[in-house]
Amino acid sequence: MKIDFPHRQFAHCESGVTANLLNYHGFSCSEAMVFGIGGGLFFGYVPFIKLNFLPLTTFRTSPGSIFTKATKRLGIEVKKEQFRSPVAAEKKLDLLLEAGRPVGAQTGVFWLPFFPPAYRFHFNGHNLVVIGKEGNDYLISDPIFEEPVRCPAADLRKARFAKGALAPKGKIYYVEKMPDQFDLPQAVEAGIREVCRGMLKTPVPLAGVRGIRFLARQLSKWPVKFDEKQTLLYLGHVIRMQEEIGTGGGGFRFIYAAFLQEAAEVLDNNKFLDLSKHCTEIGDLWRDFALLASRVCKGRAAIQGSFDDLARLLNQCADEEEILFNALLMAIKK
Amino acid sequence: MKKEDVPQQFGLNAGCQEVNYAVDRDGRYLLAQSAGWEAKTIALQQAWEAIVEQLHQVLAEIRAGEKSSLAYYMVKNQMDPALLSQYSGISRWRVKRHLKPRVFNKLDAVALAPYVELFGLNIEQLRRVPEQPDLPLVEADQIEIDRL
Repeated sequence: MKIDFPHRQFAHCESGVTANLLNYHGFSCSEAMVFGIGGGLFFGYVPFIKLNFLPLTTFRTSPGSIFTKATKRLGIEVKKEQFRSPVAAEKKLDLLLEAGRPVGAQTGVFWLPFFPPAYRFHFNGHNLVVIGKEGNDYLISDPIFEEPVRCPAADLRKARFAKGALAPKGKIYYVEKMPDQFDLPQAVEAGIREVCRGMLKTPVPLAGVRGIRFLARQLSKWPVKFDEKQTLLYLGHVIRMQEEIGTGGGGFRFIYAAFLQEAAEVLDNNKFLDLSKHCTEIGDLWRDFALLASRVCKGRAAIQGSFDDLARLLNQCADEEEILFNALLMAIKK
Repeated sequence: MKKEDVPQQFGLNAGCQEVNYAVDRDGRYLLAQSAGWEAKTIALQQAWEAIVEQLHQVLAEIRAGEKSSLAYYMVKNQMDPALLSQYSGISRWRVKRHLKPRVFNKLDAVALAPYVELFGLNIEQLRRVPEQPDLPLVEADQIEIDRL
């Protein structure tokens, strides 16, 4: 059986899943809007947490929080469940599907056969919507892909019970009840306020604008601290976190700029159009950083000198983001 | 990013297009499909090269009799003893022991079952390793990458 689920392709898995689920339940919205309301934008550099043996760099909030916060701010009732046993997890999923309910699920990427092989790493923060089952195959709406895909039950089971950092533990989530009406402006403002706070006021120096500056300082030390191979691996890892499938480009800065453009309409305030433009320019800066960094990785730019330029670009990103988020705070205060 | 700047360079996407956010001439945001971006592809390729290099290293160690064939499949599946332990349900210190050829070669079918199930191999395959790292995707795309 298959639920008649309108699949739309998006840039990012979790905001895409949330947008598609809300759309199915009668609240049509864009991915950017969900990303913004859910306060998805962030920056963090945490050298003591390692992903694939390399320091964690993130351009977004933690997995699961976009769905949780976006639905909460819109007054939507949702249900989330995790499981100990894969058998129970599968039974519950099948029950929900039989009842005609599309189900969001957190999975690892490594075990999903429909992923391009080059992207199959042990990353457990992926999200998709299960929309049906035919024989031993699940039908899946994964917003990263153009069309819905099929996945053998055994593979999905492995993916739902992937191990290691961010282990999903069979996590599923779905909409229980939609409210009669939405207070969109209030939800948009709450989302913006959270991102501004995260970027400007996080007390630890690893997060937000300070986190970007911290990365800039650390990065300029890499060529001294590590051998050439390790230095380039560290650098390549930052590019991957910034640009790999699911950010929409520029470490989510472009999605956020798209959100600010929509926010201008929702809040009936043209100031957000200028702020959106600024956010786009910041995204372009991040792209410049990635391009130069990739040239260094490929050996087309000398390590000496380039790392100073890279650190300078990062500091420029930090300065511009500080200006942007302060201006955003001002804009929602009025 | 402007719509006309959305990169259409080849990637390792196996033909999948991904969505980028870009602005049109009037500055309005739209979703544009991208075939891949050089900067990204270089970084991704680098990550795979690191894995292939690890595989070469582990194959050399296996040939030298320092490691068991299990070490090869562990690295091939991007795991370390800690992660392999979580996946197989075998305690970490035993996994580490199984990486020694002397211990591994004595394991019977029952002891090997969790690894067999996890890696989707049979016992024969698990006890053997290829001459060269077998990660077909890296080779397939090598030609394209060299053009960068």
